[in-house]
Amino acid sequence: MLSRVAESLYWMSRYIERAENIARIIDVNNNLMLDFETEIQNQQWQPLVVTSGDEEDFEERYTEYNEANVINFLTFDEKNSNSIYSCIASARFNARTVRENISPEMFNEINNLYHYLNVSREIPPQASALKNVYETLIRFSHLYIGLVERTLLQDEGFNFIKLGRLLERADKITRILDVKYFILLPSVGYVNTPLDDIQWTALLKSASAFEPYRKKYHRIEYDNIINFLILEEKFPRSVRYCTRRVEDFLRILDQTGGSLSYLKIKALNKELNAITVKEIKHYGLHEYLDLIQQKVNEIGEAVYKDFFFLSFA
Amino acid sequence: MSIFKKPEGLFYDELLDEHGTPRAIAKNIVDGLENIGLSELRNKQELAETTLMQAGVTFTVYNDERSTEKIMPFDIIPRIVAADDWKMIERGLKQRVHALNQFISDCYGEGKIFKDKKIPEEVISKNEFYLEILKGFRPPQNVWIHISGIDLVRDSNGKFYVLEDNLRCPSGISYVLENRDVLKRTLPQIFQQNAIQPVSNYPSKLFDMLKYMAPKVESPSIAVLTPGVFNSAYFEHTFLAQQMGVHLVEGRDLVVIDNNVYMKTTQGLQKLDVIYRRVDDEFLDPKYFRKDSLLGVKGIMDAYKAGNVVLVNAPGVGIADDKGVYPYIPEMIKYYLGEEPILENVPTYRCCEAESLKYVIENISKLVVKPTNLSGGYGILIGPHASKKECDEMVEKLKASPASYIAQPVVNISTAPTLTEDGIELRHVDLRPYILYGKEIFVLPGGLTRVALRKGSLVVNSSQGGGSKDTWVLC
Repeated sequence: MLSRVAESLYWMSRYIERAENIARIIDVNNNLMLDFETEIQNQQWQPLVVTSGDEEDFEERYTEYNEANVINFLTFDEKNSNSIYSCIASARFNARTVRENISPEMFNEINNLYHYLNVSREIPPQASALKNVYETLIRFSHLYIGLVERTLLQDEGFNFIKLGRLLERADKITRILDVKYFILLPSVGYVNTPLDDIQWTALLKSASAFEPYRKKYHRIEYDNIINFLILEEKFPRSVRYCTRRVEDFLRILDQTGGSLSYLKIKALNKELNAITVKEIKHYGLHEYLDLIQQKVNEIGEAVYKDFFFLSFA
Repeated sequence: MSIFKKPEGLFYDELLDEHGTPRAIAKNIVDGLENIGLSELRNKQELAETTLMQAGVTFTVYNDERSTEKIMPFDIIPRIVAADDWKMIERGLKQRVHALNQFISDCYGEGKIFKDKKIPEEVISKNEFYLEILKGFRPPQNVWIHISGIDLVRDSNGKFYVLEDNLRCPSGISYVLENRDVLKRTLPQIFQQNAIQPVSNYPSKLFDMLKYMAPKVESPSIAVLTPGVFNSAYFEHTFLAQQMGVHLVEGRDLVVIDNNVYMKTTQGLQKLDVIYRRVDDEFLDPKYFRKDSLLGVKGIMDAYKAGNVVLVNAPGVGIADDKGVYPYIPEMIKYYLGEEPILENVPTYRCCEAESLKYVIENISKLVVKPTNLSGGYGILIGPHASKKECDEMVEKLKASPASYIAQPVVNISTAPTLTEDGIELRHVDLRPYILYGKEIFVLPGGLTRVALRKGSLVVNSSQGGGSKDTWVLC
């Protein structure tokens, strides 16, 4: 397969997963804040930008972290390359450049979503007014994943699509977890109170993880939630599930068996297989999530060198 | 009361006779559309447009800050071609393409037609599309014009003429296939009542032809070469690659090593055998043509001349679809094939000839004057519609550079009923059938009917406000 095509398929997939996750993060934040007083609500917008890692970009163009600004920045801002709109526009651009490698059904859905977002720009930048848009995005992403599974030849291109999605998801799940780290409880006294419970529930729901979690652990407990979202092998939105699948796909894609990306993912999985929640807490959850993000990032760079930017002397 | 208007007499209408009654070939269709009614037709038109928009059959319009996308205007009322007319068109096109291919061969070979004084040699020697480096070259299977699109028009008597030959990178075939697809979905009941020749096998025919060009390779590696996503015909490039299941490549995906063309893949280099290139000659190889081209592949002409890759269409075929060559095509047909042309040219004055030039200048307000080196409807003067000033300016240009122009009488090109804001109105149309030259010559039964959507306009080019219709060739 052409390196350029492989790269476009990979990014198409990553951008769609990214857009879905931004929608999820905004949605969970919005749900959380319904339980807060107005004053505290206003402090809750900055963490969304912080978790996306784009604070600098935000502060260059906006003066205040309020609802309208943050929602606009994350949803429709074309200058923010990680906004939902930019992601879907990029996904569509990539889809156009590889149209001959994806199914018409896939292209049509991506294209429709892009046109839908163009129309939705008219909606005022409020999380409640945009709820439908975020839900549509999440539904679209599910549909898209179904189309990938059901309408494509499962060849190399398919593997790059899966690889892109899983790497992106591994990164984003750490960021969703991080939202909770930044969300301020009114005071220390609220820890382990019903309000804390409500927040964890909302967070699990945003990862479509609430019911699966309940099935396994029944009660809302901090340690178990961390275990579930980071280390659970059988839940498709846990970090470890994603990284293990990444390893599977890299093993298929890498015909030499010695590529940098494959070695790196193997090392990361070895680590995740061994670590316990206790150790994560000891390391610091936020710090550990940062570390995973950094490693996932390195694997992305290695994929680029291994497959997309080969030098042909 | 009929939703169709009566033709005004001056023009031949494709569906209706001079009394406004449907022609025999169009009876089913006209009756069917009458039954559907105007308001439901509008709904169907809208549905068709939405379908095209969703499928991304669009081109980009750049304005202000944000670029917007538009579909190529599409009219849901089909254009009908009678079976007998089509038989004649098919024979005529095969004959014409056959002769044109011989002519190109001759131009890069011995030049017999010039030695025999049938065509003045200046036609070629001054032709910017002539590629010196191909002198003496013979392409695989001796085919130069693998894919062509030839524009036909009908005069007020309903007679078909060839208006223009497109031998380089004729575009529009994707619209032919998409339009048919859309119409099947929007007007299924009318489809069922008519026996219409299918067009859907075009990608298979195209693939067979491409494969035939590499006879020595058992399973040749084939690609469509596109200038990239910003090209206005990009949709068509992806569409054809997808329909044939071949690679779609850009210049930057390819590299030439030891006169072989390779694709850069995730597993290393992979050799290419046949390239259906949609990049113009001048951008194809920065080693020989435009040095600043980023769209081409350095050294691809060396690989081509060494016989290691097939380029489709062959470079250098532009010599034969120049408007300056057009007037000589009837001579070519007689010379190479010993036959009379089945499809005639529109009568044409060659402004390079003194007598013709004099006639053209004296009668400029009655004529259409065309530059020989531009396409897409650019630079054309339509005498009857032009102001005195515009005519005077053209006369100056003619005097300065007579060989750069040809002139033709205004052809009262035919009309076809078209859905407009004012109801169903008659609008002018032409017809571009597509021809593949492989083991034999194949004419796709159908083609692109382009329609001038502006009332009274005779210019059908999409760059000048034209749209398209599905074309039904009856069995």
